[in-house]
Amino acid sequence: MKLKTMLLATALVGALAGMAEAQTAVKIGVLNDRSGVYADLSGEGSVIAARMAIEDFKAADRGLKVEVVSADHQNKPDIGASIARKWYDQDGVDAIFDVPTSSVALAVNQVTREKNKIFIDSGAGSTDLTGPQCSPNTIHWTYDTYALAKGTGGAMVKKGGDSWFFITADYAFGHSLEQNTADVVKKAGGKVLGTIRHPFPGSDFSSFLLQAQASKAKVIGLANAGGDTINTIKQAAEFGVTQGGQNLAGLLIFITDVHALGLKAAQGLVLTESFYWDRDDASRAFSKRFAEKSGGKMPSMVHAGVYSGVLHYLKAIEAAKSKDAGPVMAKMKELPTDDPLFGKGQVRADGRKIHDMYLFEVKKPEESKAAWDYYKLLATIPAAEAFRPLNEGGCPLVKG
Amino acid sequence: MFELLGIPPQALFGQLLLGLINGSFYAILSLGLAIIFGLLNIINFTHGAQYMMGAFVAWMLLNYAGVGYWWALLLAPLVVGAFGVVIERLLISRLYRLDHLYGLLLTFGLALIIQGLFRNQYGVSGLPYGIPPELTGGHNLGFMFLPNYRGWVVVASLVVCLATWFVIEKTKLGAYLRAATENPTLVQAFGINVPRLVTLTYGFGVALAALAGVLAAPIYSVNPNMGADIIIVVFAVVVIGGMGSILGSIVTGFGLGLVEGLTKVFYPEAASTVIFVIMVLVLLVKPAGLFGRNA
Repeated sequence: MKLKTMLLATALVGALAGMAEAQTAVKIGVLNDRSGVYADLSGEGSVIAARMAIEDFKAADRGLKVEVVSADHQNKPDIGASIARKWYDQDGVDAIFDVPTSSVALAVNQVTREKNKIFIDSGAGSTDLTGPQCSPNTIHWTYDTYALAKGTGGAMVKKGGDSWFFITADYAFGHSLEQNTADVVKKAGGKVLGTIRHPFPGSDFSSFLLQAQASKAKVIGLANAGGDTINTIKQAAEFGVTQGGQNLAGLLIFITDVHALGLKAAQGLVLTESFYWDRDDASRAFSKRFAEKSGGKMPSMVHAGVYSGVLHYLKAIEAAKSKDAGPVMAKMKELPTDDPLFGKGQVRADGRKIHDMYLFEVKKPEESKAAWDYYKLLATIPAAEAFRPLNEGGCPLVKG
Repeated sequence: MFELLGIPPQALFGQLLLGLINGSFYAILSLGLAIIFGLLNIINFTHGAQYMMGAFVAWMLLNYAGVGYWWALLLAPLVVGAFGVVIERLLISRLYRLDHLYGLLLTFGLALIIQGLFRNQYGVSGLPYGIPPELTGGHNLGFMFLPNYRGWVVVASLVVCLATWFVIEKTKLGAYLRAATENPTLVQAFGINVPRLVTLTYGFGVALAALAGVLAAPIYSVNPNMGADIIIVVFAVVVIGGMGSILGSIVTGFGLGLVEGLTKVFYPEAASTVIFVIMVLVLLVKPAGLFGRNA
């Protein structure tokens, strides 16, 4: 059996080597949630974004034959890890993109390191990916819980929200987001009055909201995501939480969530994102093309991150004249990043990709002029301040 | 002032009331399941999907036809109930002579297909559905702020549950139904069209699920997975109450809502598991369920 596999592999390598003279074949795997709570903010949209990046890079003209495959990890770490293993071992996938849900991302991070391939994460939030579990094979592209906490948490405290109550999804991501935000709040002189950890996923949050109301905290921080956040905000409106003088801080809200909530329920929310379709001409042009392919839906920051990541990955392959993980990762960290969606940035030694983050406020229904016209820009957080300082993450790749 | 385990009584009353509201959904849904199981001997795993369809039909009526909440409350159960009747005639009726397992597989498969179709069409983030203008706002009860809509849900579901219980236990139609459950051949011999009775009962059970869906639409986001999340809990409710027991499913539905509400105060992390712990305990002590008769 083993001999047979080896012979087969040798034959395959031979065949690939023959092709490589003319064209380098690159296989990209987009691994994300295609049916669960994160399917709208990642899902098929990320595949569309990856294809657009390949098209815009004009890969075929530059001697790269790029193929995209995709799969559904169902938000389960074991499923995500086994798909990644199969892709690397049997299907010849060179790099995996996207992977929302932090627990799955951390699993894929391990497998990728073991197989010495490349993992560029867009959808997940946990700062562990560039902290204790950082890997020479992983880049964390779009956002992380530190940047969200810094943006939204910092802004709320500045506006006078100095006492907080957290409603937290009871898993790795929620804990990480709550911890990061609590740190920001305390550092700015605020205090945390209480925390509730709710089962993930949940549907009825009224009980937790009532407890948050009773705490008299000025800000109720929602350290959850997707459908959980949508339901919490919807029910907070029902129970008169904001009329009572308390503010809601959605610590991770995507534009797809705002779309699902409707402006009536979502108005006034302050949130942090790294991409908004209507921010400038370049983002509008990209998003218009994206919407044509996705049935009218505008891209989320996760989709934009996949686009930007694939673009940089292909540039690095071209510059390194190889698709092996070592030289490509070195090139990706060496070359500055530059694309129409995220502007100029860089990939740090710990794998963190840095760029500006933006603080937005959700518009009132009467301020919205067209479909998907949802945000107004409150502040730009410069790249250098938005993310956790390089030496604070505890990443073993960072020396000194 | 007395406190219970560090929780002030005001907070406790509030949480109990919230538990009752969640219990309303459990009660209507488990009632439908109990009726279907009682008469058809089918474990209707499509129930969650039919609840979701109720919410979606309400959303479609509003967005495609401009029909508001109150008409949706009537029309959505009719539409989804009719869909149930078609399913029963075409598919489920062929399985009555077979093992339970086949009915379970069929209805579970149907649920997956229906959810998949809706997911494809509408995505997973959900769609907004507003609270009807007559029921917006709320009252300050002193110990908590009660949104009018939640109060309405409790009242509506109590009325529906009690009416259903009355029809089945106290009327002639209900007597036919119960007789047909015991001995369909004999009842048929008395000139009653038992297959039609069975079909309509299934349709009614499904309509109850859809009604719960419409009631839920303004509270939860209308999304294709909403049924899958709640149905497992509802099955536990039915098992605890006793399979096929009408009164059992109503009482257990409200009761477990209360227990779940209390868990959310004392130990929120366990809120999603407490019902299953109770299920295990009940099955150990009374295998037929709290209100079930030992076969």
